Amino acid sequence: MPFPEVATLRARALFTRSPRTASRSTPHTRVTLTRRSIYIVPTRAGLALGATLALMLAGSINYNLGLGYVLTFLLAGLGVVGMLHTWRNLAGLEVTPGRASPAFAGGQITWRIRIANSSTLTRGSVGLWMEGATPLHLDVPARDEVVATLDVPVSARGRVRAARVRIATIYPLGLFRAWSYAVLDMNTVVYPKPEASPPPLPASPGRPGNGGRTRIGEDEFSGVRDYQPGDAPARIAWKAMARADAVLTKQFSGGEGGATIHLDLAAVPHELGLERALSRLTAWVTAAEEARVRYAVSLPGRDIPPGIGPAHRSRCLEALALHGQR
Amino acid sequence: MASAKRAGRDRVVTLSPDRITGLTASLSLVLAPHAVRIPLWMVILAAAAMILRTWIAWRGQRLPRTWMLAVLTLFAALGTWMSYGVIFGRDAAVALLILMLCLKLMEMRDTRDAMVLVFLAYFTVITNFLYSQSIPMGAYLLGCVWAITANLLAIQRAGQPRVTGLLRESALLLAQAAPLMLVLFLLFPRVQGPLWALPQAGAGGLSGLSDAMSPGSLSSLSLSDAVAFRVEFGATPPKADTLYWRGPVLWDFDGRTWRAPGTDLVGQAELEIGGTPIRQTITLEAHDMRWLFALDMPGGAPTSSYLTLDLQLRAARPVRERMRYEVTSFPSYRLGRYEVPGLLERALQLPASFNPRSRQLAETWRQEGLTPEQLVQRALTMFREQPFVYTLTPPAAAGHAVDDFLFVTRRGFCEHYAAAFAFLMRAAGVPTRVVTGYQGGTLNPVGKYLIVRQSDAHAWAEVWFEGRGWIRVDPTAAVSPLRIERGAAAALPGVGAVPLLGQVDNDWIKDLRFAMDMVANGWNQWVLDYSPERQMNMMSRFAGGHVSWRGISTALVAATGIVVAILALIALRHTRSAPADPAWLLWQAFSQKLAKHGVARASNEGPRAFAIRASAALPRHATSIRAIAALYARLRYEEGSRPDDLSNLKRAVRELRLD
Repeated sequence: MPFPEVATLRARALFTRSPRTASRSTPHTRVTLTRRSIYIVPTRAGLALGATLALMLAGSINYNLGLGYVLTFLLAGLGVVGMLHTWRNLAGLEVTPGRASPAFAGGQITWRIRIANSSTLTRGSVGLWMEGATPLHLDVPARDEVVATLDVPVSARGRVRAARVRIATIYPLGLFRAWSYAVLDMNTVVYPKPEASPPPLPASPGRPGNGGRTRIGEDEFSGVRDYQPGDAPARIAWKAMARADAVLTKQFSGGEGGATIHLDLAAVPHELGLERALSRLTAWVTAAEEARVRYAVSLPGRDIPPGIGPAHRSRCLEALALHGQR
Repeated sequence: MASAKRAGRDRVVTLSPDRITGLTASLSLVLAPHAVRIPLWMVILAAAAMILRTWIAWRGQRLPRTWMLAVLTLFAALGTWMSYGVIFGRDAAVALLILMLCLKLMEMRDTRDAMVLVFLAYFTVITNFLYSQSIPMGAYLLGCVWAITANLLAIQRAGQPRVTGLLRESALLLAQAAPLMLVLFLLFPRVQGPLWALPQAGAGGLSGLSDAMSPGSLSSLSLSDAVAFRVEFGATPPKADTLYWRGPVLWDFDGRTWRAPGTDLVGQAELEIGGTPIRQTITLEAHDMRWLFALDMPGGAPTSSYLTLDLQLRAARPVRERMRYEVTSFPSYRLGRYEVPGLLERALQLPASFNPRSRQLAETWRQEGLTPEQLVQRALTMFREQPFVYTLTPPAAAGHAVDDFLFVTRRGFCEHYAAAFAFLMRAAGVPTRVVTGYQGGTLNPVGKYLIVRQSDAHAWAEVWFEGRGWIRVDPTAAVSPLRIERGAAAALPGVGAVPLLGQVDNDWIKDLRFAMDMVANGWNQWVLDYSPERQMNMMSRFAGGHVSWRGISTALVAATGIVVAILALIALRHTRSAPADPAWLLWQAFSQKLAKHGVARASNEGPRAFAIRASAALPRHATSIRAIAALYARLRYEEGSRPDDLSNLKRAVRELRLD
C-alpha cells in the first residue's frame, strides 16, 4: 500500500459502509459518532503527499536507493497511521443539542451544540459546520464536554429546525479529513424582521370598551409557561419546575400599569401586505418594550392580553413569527 | 466556488513565529549535508533566506514581494546553470530544488504553504541519499524526518504546543508507521531500475582501477582503504599468495602507459581447467567501469556479463551500483595454448624510441640463446639479486621510465616492476601482457568473508610459452615476497600512509574495524541492495519453494491488512468511554447538592466560574464551595495535584451541609 489513495479506498471499505439513512433525516436528541458513521478521505495535502511519495518511489527505483525505499515506505506508513488517528479523533464523540436563542429574521440564530468526550483521549481541532455558518474549530479535552456555538443567518420568520451539523477533523496530520453528520432535535423561532423605520406607536386605546388606562391588579399571577432566555430569575417557578421537570416561568397579568396600546394586525394598512405588516408590529413590540408601555397584540384568531416584560415580549413575538404557519 | 468553500472548511491559519522557526530549523538540518556539495554562493543564499525568514517572523516584517521572488528565482536558475553547466543533471536538479525550497520559505504565510514546505523537506531528505547511504547518514536523516514530522503536527495545532510534546508524538507516529514500512520494504514488488535515465556514477569520487597503467597509478590507490569488493567463499578461503583477482588486461604500450584494447577482444578463450573449483560470491562496489573481478581463472561468466578472449570478466553495463554475483574459478589451468597469431604479435609490440638501455639489456639476453622460460628467470633473478626496493614513494621518473627504474632509481611499486618486466620480455621476444587487479585481501574473522580494498590493487604479467600458454609471472613477488603473502602493509613497514587496517599491531582497533565492516556489509546486503532477485530469493526461502510475483503481492496485501488492523485496534482503544473519573463523580454529586438549593451548574460552566456564582448565591458556604472547586480543578486540569487531594475532595463534598 504505497499511496494514501489506495489506503483511502481500504479505509472507506473498512470503516464507513453506507451511512445509516435514518440518521440523515430523523432528528436525534443524542448522536454518537460511531465507526460506521464516520467518513474519511484524503485532503488536498494528503493527495499532495501521495504524489510526492510516488515521485520518491520512482526516484528510489531509478537510482536504486535502498534508504529511499525506507523513507518512502516510512512516510506511506505515516500516512496510514495519520488516517487512523484522524478517524479516531471523531470516534466515540457524543453530540447533543443545546439551547438555541430566538432571532429576528435578517439576523442570526445561535445554535448551541454540546460535544461530550467520555474517553481518555483529547480530541484536537474538531470542526463544526452547519449550512450557512462559519466553521468553528475547538479542542474537546478528555473526559469533558464543550459547547460549540454556531451562528446561522436567517431570512424568513417562523419555526426553524437546526440543519444537520457536519463534524469534521483533519487533526493530527492534516492528510485526511474525517467527517460525520448529526441531525439534532433542535429548533427555535425566528421573529419577523422589525421594520427599519416604523411609524410611531399607535395611540391608545385601539378599541372601545377595552378601557384606556386599564389597571389590573398589580402583578396578578396568571400561570406558567416555558422558560425563555431573558426571563428574570426571580420569575422562575421553582416549585412548578420540580414537578414538571422543565424550566418554567411564572406569568403575571398586569404589570407596571399605565397606558395600554393595542397592536392589531387588522389595523395596519392592508396595502402593506402580511409580511411587512408583521414587520411593523414586531418593530412596535420592541418599541413598546423600550418605552415601558403595556401593549396587547391581536392577530386573526389570536389575542394576547396586555402586558409588558421579556416574557410577554417573547410571547407576542412568537405569535407574530408563527402567524399563518401550520 | 465549490473548491473555495471546501477549502474554507479546513482551518487555514497564518503561521506563528515559533512554527516558522521550527520549520526553518528542521529545513536547515535537512539541507546541512548538501552544504559541502553545492556551490558556496548557494550555501550563503540558503542560510540568508532562513535567517531572513525567521527575522521577518519575529519582527512582524513584510514578506518580500512576489516580483522580487520571481526575479530571484530567475537569477537562481541562471546561477545554477552557470555553476553546473546544465539544469537537468542530477546535481543541478538537487541544487535547484534547494533554491526553490528557500524561495518557497520566503513566501510562506499560512498553514497551507507550510504543508507544501514540509513535503518539500521530506523530498529533500531523499536527495541526500543520492550521495550517501551510510549508516550514520541514515540515522541523521531519520532524525530529520522526526523533526519534520513534529512540524507537520505543529501546523495542525492551535495555540502554542510544547516542543517536547510534539517530538514525543512525532516519535510515536513514526514508531507506529515502522511496522508498515517494514512490510512494504520487504514485500512491495521491487522493480529493477533505472526508469528514465542512466544514473550518474553512484556515490561520487569513485576510486579504483582504470584501463590504463602508468607509473604512479596504482601506488595512489594504495593510499585508499575504500572497499573494492567483498568475497564469500563456498569453502575455506584459498591461501593469500594465490589470491590474484583478475581485472583489466593491458596489451598496448606507448612508451609510458600500458593500455587495455579500446574494444574487447571478443572470442572464446581456449581454457583447460583443473584443480578444485573455488566458488566465490562477490559483492562489488560501484566503480563505474565494466569489469568484474574473479580469481584466476574464471570458468564462466555470471548473468549479464561475459568473458573476453584474454579472460577478463566484463559486465554488460558499467557497474554504477553495488552488485553481487557468483563466479567459479579454477586455480590450475592452461590458457591459450594455441593462441591466435595476431594476438601474440600484439603481445610483442614496443614503441621503437623508448628505453634504449633496457632494450639493449634484453638484446644481450636474447643473444645468449636463452629459452623464453630462462629469459623470465633471468629477469626475476635480476630483480631479486640486485638492490631493488619495493616502495610506495619512488622518485619521479623522467622520459625513459623503464631505463630510469631499472638502472638508476631501482625503487618502485608493483606497477613499476610489472611494466619493466613486460618491457624486457617483449624486447627479448617473449609475448607478454600486463594484468591489473587486486592481490590478497583481509579475512574478516567476524563475518567470515574476505575484504579486498583499493590498497590491494596490484599489477603482474602474463607471458606466453609455446605449448604451455599464458603463465602468470609476478615480478613484485621476486622483490618483496611479503607483499604477496601478507599484503602491502606488511611489506612496507612504517609507512604512515598505509591504511589503518593494514597496520597489524593495533589488535583491538582491528577487531573493532572488522566488526564495523561486518555491520556495513549487512547494511549493504539487506538495506541498500535488497534487489528484485534478493527479494524473490528471500521469499522463496521463506515459503520453502518457488514464489511468483503474484504470491508476493498477495503476501503484501495480507500483511498490510493485518498490520493496519492491529494499528486500528490500538488507535481505537483510547476512544472508548473511560470509566468515570472519581473526581468528576464527586463534582457531579456536589453540583447536584447545589442544584437542590437553586444554584444549578450549567453544563459548560467550569469549576472556577461556578464557584464564584455559587458562593455569591450561598455566601454562608462560600469557603467550602471555593475549596471544593479548587481541589477539583487541581485534580482535573493541573498536573501538580497532591496525593491526598481526592480524599480531601471526597470528605469536603460529603461534609457540605447546605441546610
